Formats: sequence, C-alpha cells, structure tokens
Amino acid sequence: MRVVIAMSGGVDSSVAAALLKDAGHDVIGLSMQLYDQRSSPEAFGSCCSLDDLYDARRVANAIGIPHYIVNFEDRFRDTVVRDFVSEYAAGRTPIPCVRCNADLKFATLVEKASAFDAVAVATGHYARVDFDEDRRRYRLRRGLDAGKDQSYFLFSLTQDQLARAAFPVGGLTKPEVREHARRLGLEVADKPDSHEICFVPDGDAGGFVERHLEGEDRSGEIIDSSGRVLGRHRGVHRLTVGQRKGLGLTEGVPLYVLRLDAEARQVVVGSREELGGRTLEASDVNWIAGAAPSSPARLTARIRHRHQDAPALVTPIGSDRAAVVFDAPQIAIAPGQAVVFYHGDDVIGGGWIR
Amino acid sequence: MFSTLPKGASTAIHEPRTIYRPTGESGATQYIGRSTKLSTLFCSKHRTNRAAVLRWIEIVRIYLDYNATTPVARDVADAISRALVDTFGNPSSVHAFGQGAKAALDEARTEVARLVDADPSAVVFTSGGTEADNLALRGVAAATRDPGRRRIVTTGIEHEAVLTTARALEREGWTVEVVAVGESGVLSPAALEPRLTRETALVSVMHANNEVGTIQPIAELAALAHAHGALFHTDAVQSVGKVPVSVSALGVDLLSLSGHKFGGPKGTGALWIRRGVRLGAQATGGRQERNRRAGTENVPSLVGLGVAARLARAKLDTASVSIGRLRDRLEAGILSGVAGTVVNGDRDRRVPNTTNIGFEGLEAESLLIALDLEGVAVSTGSACSSGSLEPSHVLRAMGLPSQRARNSLRFSLGAETTAEEIDFVVGVLPALVAKLRRLGHTAAALH
Repeated sequence: MRVVIAMSGGVDSSVAAALLKDAGHDVIGLSMQLYDQRSSPEAFGSCCSLDDLYDARRVANAIGIPHYIVNFEDRFRDTVVRDFVSEYAAGRTPIPCVRCNADLKFATLVEKASAFDAVAVATGHYARVDFDEDRRRYRLRRGLDAGKDQSYFLFSLTQDQLARAAFPVGGLTKPEVREHARRLGLEVADKPDSHEICFVPDGDAGGFVERHLEGEDRSGEIIDSSGRVLGRHRGVHRLTVGQRKGLGLTEGVPLYVLRLDAEARQVVVGSREELGGRTLEASDVNWIAGAAPSSPARLTARIRHRHQDAPALVTPIGSDRAAVVFDAPQIAIAPGQAVVFYHGDDVIGGGWIR
Repeated sequence: MFSTLPKGASTAIHEPRTIYRPTGESGATQYIGRSTKLSTLFCSKHRTNRAAVLRWIEIVRIYLDYNATTPVARDVADAISRALVDTFGNPSSVHAFGQGAKAALDEARTEVARLVDADPSAVVFTSGGTEADNLALRGVAAATRDPGRRRIVTTGIEHEAVLTTARALEREGWTVEVVAVGESGVLSPAALEPRLTRETALVSVMHANNEVGTIQPIAELAALAHAHGALFHTDAVQSVGKVPVSVSALGVDLLSLSGHKFGGPKGTGALWIRRGVRLGAQATGGRQERNRRAGTENVPSLVGLGVAARLARAKLDTASVSIGRLRDRLEAGILSGVAGTVVNGDRDRRVPNTTNIGFEGLEAESLLIALDLEGVAVSTGSACSSGSLEPSHVLRAMGLPSQRARNSLRFSLGAETTAEEIDFVVGVLPALVAKLRRLGHTAAALH
C-alpha cells in the first residue's frame, strides 16, 4: 500500500521509513521545510535545519524511496510561530510541538497523502494506534518505550486522522530503533535526539518572542501572593510558571513563578508549596473516541511532556472543555501547556490548560 | 540487508474500517479511507533487487524539464570519454601532449563560437552559466574605472546568478536598478529607457527567460544601453541551442551560455566578450583563457561542449520547429482538457520548447509531486537551498499575484520529447488536477 512518511532526518522517522519499506509498502518520503533556509543557515539546530533535510534525503536514497521536500513555511509561520509568540505574550507557556504535530504534520500530510493516493501517513512518533473492534473506534496509545513516549503531542488527533495514521516505531524502544538503524547502516543511527524547540535552538524563547513583537516596554512588577512588590521583570513572555532562576530576586528563600498576568504585567511569585495545584480547567478538549465521556471519569492526567501523569477526576464540561481535580497537588500547572488524559496506556483525550 | 523486522515494529497499515461516530453529522456510520489503489506499476518480482530496480523499471518516465538540464547525447559522451583518456595533456604545456590538448580546446571554442555567430578568440570558457554571469557582472564592475559610472540596470525576471551577483555588487557600493517586467514577461524598451542615465555602466537582461520562455528584444535594449554609454550583457543560457543566436545581430557586449542546457555536460559554459570590452578576471592565477579566467581548463568536458554545440547548430532549425509543434500540442491539450488553466507570459515571443501554465485553485507543488509519482518530470518556480519549492520570483516580478505564482507549472520540452509522451501527459493531467482541486477545497473548508 502506498504510505507517506514524514521524514525529519532523525533516527526515528528514518527507521520508520525503512520498516515500512521493508514491509513491502510503496513508501513516499516527505520532509517539511518550515523556515526560510536561505536567510540563516546556522539558525536552526534541530528538527528543521538544512542538515536534517539533507540527512532525510540521504536516508531516503539509502532505503530506496522517493523523497520530496515540501515548503510549509507559510503554514508553519501561521499556525505554529504566530501562536507561540501570542501565547507567550499573553503570559502562557505554549507548547508549539503539539500545533506542529497535529495542525501541520497530520492535517497537511493527510491532505497531501490523499493527493498522492496514499492510504496512510506515518511518522516516527513513539505512540501506537490500533482499531478497537468492539467499540468500532481507533485508539491512540502510549509508545511502548515509556521514556520516549510522545502520545502527549498527539492528543488532538481525530478519528479520521487516526484512521490514516501509522507509527512504525511506537512498539519499539529507542535502543531497538538505534540498533535497527545501525543494522541497516543508516548514517543517522547515532544522531542525538532533538530536545529544544526547533525554531528556538538557543533556548531563548523570550528573545525570540521579542524579535516577533513590537518593541514596546513589557516590564512590570514582581509581587508575592500578598501583593508585596519584590522586584521588577522584563516581560511576562520571558517567564514560565514554575521557573525559579532568572528572577533577579534577593529574598532569602527560593521563590518560584506562580502566575503570570499579562494584562497587569504582573508576575506573582511564591514558595514551592504555593506552586502546587490540584485543579485546572482545559479548553479545546479533543476526545479521542469522538465524544466526551458521559460522566466524570477516573483517569490519569499529564500536564506537560515531562510529567508523570497523576490520578485525577476528569469532568467533561460540554463537548470540548473539562475540569480536572488531581488526587494530590501537582507542581507548576502552566496555562498554555496541554493536559492529556490517559486510561492505562490509552489516550482518552486532552486539551489546553486555561 | 532488510531481512528482519524488529519485533514490535508496527508496519501494518489499517484497512479501511467503519468508525462508530457518536456525534456523526452525516449519519451514525461512514466509511473512512478509500479502497486501496495498489500501484499497478509495482512489480513484486523486482522486490529482491530493491532500490535500483524500483525507481526506474517500475514506471516509464517522461522528462519535461529540459530548461533545468538536458540529457547528454551519445556522441558527446563518447567525445568526453575519449578526451578523458587520450587528450590528457595540459593545454598550457609546450610539448606535443599540451599541443594536442590545446588543439582540442580550440576546436571546441570554434564550435561554441559558431553556435552564437562569434569570433572564437572572444569566447572564455567557464564552469557554466552562473560563472559566466558572475564574470560578466563582477568583471565589468572591476574594470570600470569611471567613478561617475556606478549603476547596474537589470530586470526582476533574471536568473539568480545575475540578481544575486548584482545584489552583492550593491553591497560594494554599486547602485542596482531592477526594472519591472509586465505580465507579458517581456521587457519593453520604453520601460528600460527612463532607467538609463550617464551613470549606467552595465545593463544585464536575459535573452530567454528560464521559467516562462519569453524572449527579450535584446537588439533594441542593447542599442538603448549603448546610446547611454553603457555596456550590455545578456544571459543567453536558455536561448542558445533553442533558437538562432547571433552576438552581432543582438548587438550585445557580453553573452553567457551554458553547456548542459543544450546537450553538453554539466560544469561547462562560456562568456563571450566583445573585443575591446575591459573585464577584470575574477579567478586569478595562470594566464589561461587570455588572462580572463585562470586555472587549467576542463578539457574533456569542454570537448564535449564543442560537440554539443556542433550538434545543436546542425539541427537548430528542424528541431525548434518540431519541438514547437509538440509544445503547442501540449499547451492546447492542457488548456482545452483542464478548466481554469492559463498560459503565463507572452505566447508569441518565446522559445519554442517552454510553456508555463497556471492551474487555478491548486498548489503546483502538489501537482509536481503527483506528476512525478506518475513518472512525469516537470518543475515550478525555483528550488531553494533545501530543494523545496518557493513561489517563482519570475512570475512575481511579472506582477502576477503570489497565488498564481504558487499554482503555476513549467513544462519544457527537448529533442527527445515524443508526441506519445505529450499525449500521455495531456491524458493524465485532467484527473490529477480534479483530484487535487477537490482535496484542496476540502482542506480549505476544514480550516
């Protein structure tokens, strides 16, 4: 069957492509150019640099599949970068990889796949998808490698998208993937994983946001929860809930960012104990099964990619919102991040933390 | 090498399933996915041979991208391999080996000169069209002593070799004027004239455009430049070998050409420089190419270039007529078979092998890939460094909306193109375009 594989030039999607090819599918590799590569060849360190596109092409050539680089600059700017900047400016902590994975990779790749008569879109994500015969629905499940699981980034996939999705490495561990890449002689076998946000390779999200905003003064007060002024900050977009370093405070006890108020330009700080929260509300919730559970559900909830999902009572509000009450306080519930609900290994749904 | 799949690899692709839809808008159930169209061209018996076999044997490939590059003729390839072995001497050497190489080089130079109706001694061999353009612009800039002449005038539809080089000179203190070309893709002398002053040192306008194929009225433009005391360069990479080119009839001072655009090998080209035009060498070292381009000449490839020039000249008249007929057949077939199509640029004043067609309401990038998967090679815009496609700067410089620049494809034919190939393309396009438009509309509706 003809399958489109999104190739980033990394080891996971490279091995995914090789596995599909070896299973006898008619595989077409697509890589996405997300940024204008001419202006700054060194500007990118991660998943969309020229070197990575080059790696993807070499892998495609090595395994013998056609490979195309498609220009997604406009869509990337419109869906991912713009959202990233406005979220930070609004005092939230965005997670651009979800927008990129769901809104770009899947939505557009599914569209491209149809154009090329492909029945499926594959990626190198550590996640699993299968069809639940009893309930006649596709299930999205965690990748088998708990340390590498990327199901968190895929919570917004719809049944239609899951019907077309394939995650060939989702049932493998990272060492197995690397081992297979070595066995195939792929040069990306030992390429390091990418971690940082690809369009902010230096990790300076605040600086990136400033370059994309008007140059007005965004500074304001840092206060504690009683309203006492402790210092000043250069803009809420430079801070993240839970952040401790870089506040420039000289209080005797460690203080953490508790809340960001973009409108009042205020940053509220407090102790680690104050950072814990038991409740949150999620908006734009996507329920993998296609509809919200009919009653409050005992699930586990994950509030950021690197968070061990914790037991919670999830109460659907209407079709696309949910109230979440954790059994125990969770550190640094940051508006703008995604919250994803699990039942065992199954992703039940997810939304955006208000 | 691909013998074992690791346990746990999930390579099974879902068969279409009926999904239960709790909130289904169009009924409770609905089929998702399509019935799989197995690639009829995929031959399972070739699976053992993999990559090499798969790419080329499974489908018949049709090449309609001659403006990007052309296949090398057998005679050219043979001449190159003979020269590689037999004519290994250094043309600068005094002995017999050197003389043999020098003679081969001179013969090639004569053939190239004949192709553009020029004196061989004025032909400087380069590594290609881009280097020839660089040498023309940078060489003239370096040799211009008059501090009152620091302007370069060019057009928005030039190849990057000219545009980017002009921009580089701008950073060195030159003033660069880029003249707009209208929707016809043809620069009118009336548009150029007001941009010329006594400060203009050089005017560079391409002969035939690479994307839409339009031919510029070079003789008139050059006369205007000369009237203002400026030199005139033309990038004739896309016209040489396709239509008769005569440096004297064009009245230019410098002309660039490229070997691989007319059956020669890649890495060969030439800049013709009118006798008496001062030019600063850009590569310095030895005294090769009359002090205009240092470095031992690429003798075998240039011998190939000479053969290609001879072959191109011999069939110039007949080939351009037959290629033109096929191009017109393709164009007519697309315009009548696919609704919402339009030819970009002037249809009368252009090289006979090129047509650039806008397909309303679809992304040319998708159509290009879909065509390639059907075995048909065409192109769009220009590739950026990554190899992805960006909206054509040429179509935008012609004043076309960026949407039109995004939905246009270039078909460029050559001597090997057949009527059967054209009919195949005309046959597959309507269904492909219809499908892409349908999907595009669906996607637009979802957003």
